[in-house]
Amino acid sequence: MRLLRLSLSALLACLAFVSAAQAQLVVDVTEGHLEPLPIAVPDFVGEPGLASERGADIARVVAADLASSGLFAPIDDEAFIERIEDINLRPRFGDWRVINADALVVGSVEVMDDGRLLVAFRLWDTASEQQLTGLRLTSVPENWRRVAHKLADAVYERLTGEKGYFDTRIVYVAESPGDNGIPVRRLAIMDQDGANPSFLTSRNYMALLPNYSPVSQEITYVSFRDGHATSFLYDLESGRQEALFDSGPSLASEGQSLSARYHPQGHVLAVSAERQGNHDIFRFDLRTRQLRQLTNSPANDVEPSYSPDGERLVFSSTRGGSSQLYVMSADGGEAQRITFGEGRYTTPVWSPRGDLIAFTKQHQGMFSLGVVRADGSGDERILYEGFFVDTPAWSPNGRVILFTRGERRSDGTRYEIWSVDLAGFNLRRLPTQGQASDPAWSPLIE
Amino acid sequence: MKYVSVLSAAVLGLSLAACASKPAPVEPTPAPVERPAPQPRPEPQGPVAGSVQDFEVNAGDRVFYGYDRYDLTGEARETLRRQASWLNAYPQTRILIAGNCDERGTREYNLALGNRRAQSARDFLISQGVDPSRISVVSYGKERPTCTENSERCHAVNRNAITVITDGAAS
Repeated sequence: MRLLRLSLSALLACLAFVSAAQAQLVVDVTEGHLEPLPIAVPDFVGEPGLASERGADIARVVAADLASSGLFAPIDDEAFIERIEDINLRPRFGDWRVINADALVVGSVEVMDDGRLLVAFRLWDTASEQQLTGLRLTSVPENWRRVAHKLADAVYERLTGEKGYFDTRIVYVAESPGDNGIPVRRLAIMDQDGANPSFLTSRNYMALLPNYSPVSQEITYVSFRDGHATSFLYDLESGRQEALFDSGPSLASEGQSLSARYHPQGHVLAVSAERQGNHDIFRFDLRTRQLRQLTNSPANDVEPSYSPDGERLVFSSTRGGSSQLYVMSADGGEAQRITFGEGRYTTPVWSPRGDLIAFTKQHQGMFSLGVVRADGSGDERILYEGFFVDTPAWSPNGRVILFTRGERRSDGTRYEIWSVDLAGFNLRRLPTQGQASDPAWSPLIE
Repeated sequence: MKYVSVLSAAVLGLSLAACASKPAPVEPTPAPVERPAPQPRPEPQGPVAGSVQDFEVNAGDRVFYGYDRYDLTGEARETLRRQASWLNAYPQTRILIAGNCDERGTREYNLALGNRRAQSARDFLISQGVDPSRISVVSYGKERPTCTENSERCHAVNRNAITVITDGAAS
């Protein structure tokens, strides 16, 4: 079992090494030359009917989650030799080794007397013939997808040594054609894998740039409900919305206010607001409703993002001419420039791991998604380059970045949400109906 | 030949008559005629003075900016001078200046840039004597393009500040 764990860690390290060696190069994601771990996820066993149907559904979602990470390669069911009938019996490991399954996930579903589902699973290392982890969960039948995501997270965590990110949700901007040629942009929410999409805001006003609270089911976003860009708070559980500065001091209430990002403890926001035509960074305390100005430059200071320890802020500013990224104390003060390349750097977002900052770079008509060390040392690393990039958002474990990707069409640009891993591999489109942008990734759901 | 001489004589005769000092016989003033019933005045050419259309046609409702710029070009200043004199002629009007950007920029950056554009147009109008209290500004960033094609021509059209008369215009 140690071997399996180690081999995956080695794989991750290898990914990191290769991308570092290719720093500044555009990584061709079609190369995919590193082998993901072969894993078998046969249908979970259950009595014929609901249990057996959900058993098949859960296995399918677990396999899809693992495959989407790019680190696992689920094996086609057709290849399976042993048919799992009881997960409390040891599998015939030879039957799984012979089809090259390094790991095996078996599970069962029971419908309990109260109608809830009891789902159990075991993760086996086929080489050492050891169980690596096991879990039992109960859930109302409607929540079977979340059960599957939790199991996938358990597999991911056991085999990579890092937290998973499958039992999460994504808030985004869904775009549809409007009556008078102006597209309708509404907030929507879906599971991390694109399932269960639903709208959060109405057609009547434009909604942009959501950010997820790291501690609760709350978001901030930019609403045009009052005619101009205004930072809003939105409680996803109650549906209650309010303008950020409604009950606070009117320091910023006259001008526009943009995307508000959460302090890692969730009680404070950093937001760029405009006064007399100039954008500065402010700190807004959600408990005391106190607003405090952190920057005071004649240039536009926008897009603040907290470090995971809450001690520092990164933001973009035109103070040096073209837009570049700057880091300062979370209390304001002197800011240190961390990007020096040609072009325009925007949308800095601090990694949950703390060491990197993701950004969008615009240079010579192309856009790229990159990461740079938070202290500005070393070279920047480009993970994706294309016609258009915007709004990177980190997975809770800091391994994957979602971003808005624009594809050039003769009649305009088509916007969709894509993901890429930190090594620049595994570029994937998130399944959304219609155009989508501005992803915000929730923390792992409790 | 004969015709020619007759013609000459006639011309001479005319000349003589013109030279005569004797006044022409007085003719009675013609009887006054009824004025024609007042007809509806024909539609004036061009928009009604003080109307939104008047503003758009005769002052120009928008100014354009360079790529990633919010400073005013000479042409933009000209347009804004015409806007200011129009606004000074119709002091009861109020305006909203909307700053816009092309789509070749990230979303939040463009909301901030569009605001700068609207603000630079506003500042110029104020410098031309327009009362600041009559002016509101908004940035739509890149969210409300005039033109959606992917071309530099289109992008240039979308980098603008559009002045909209929100109140007090003649209809």
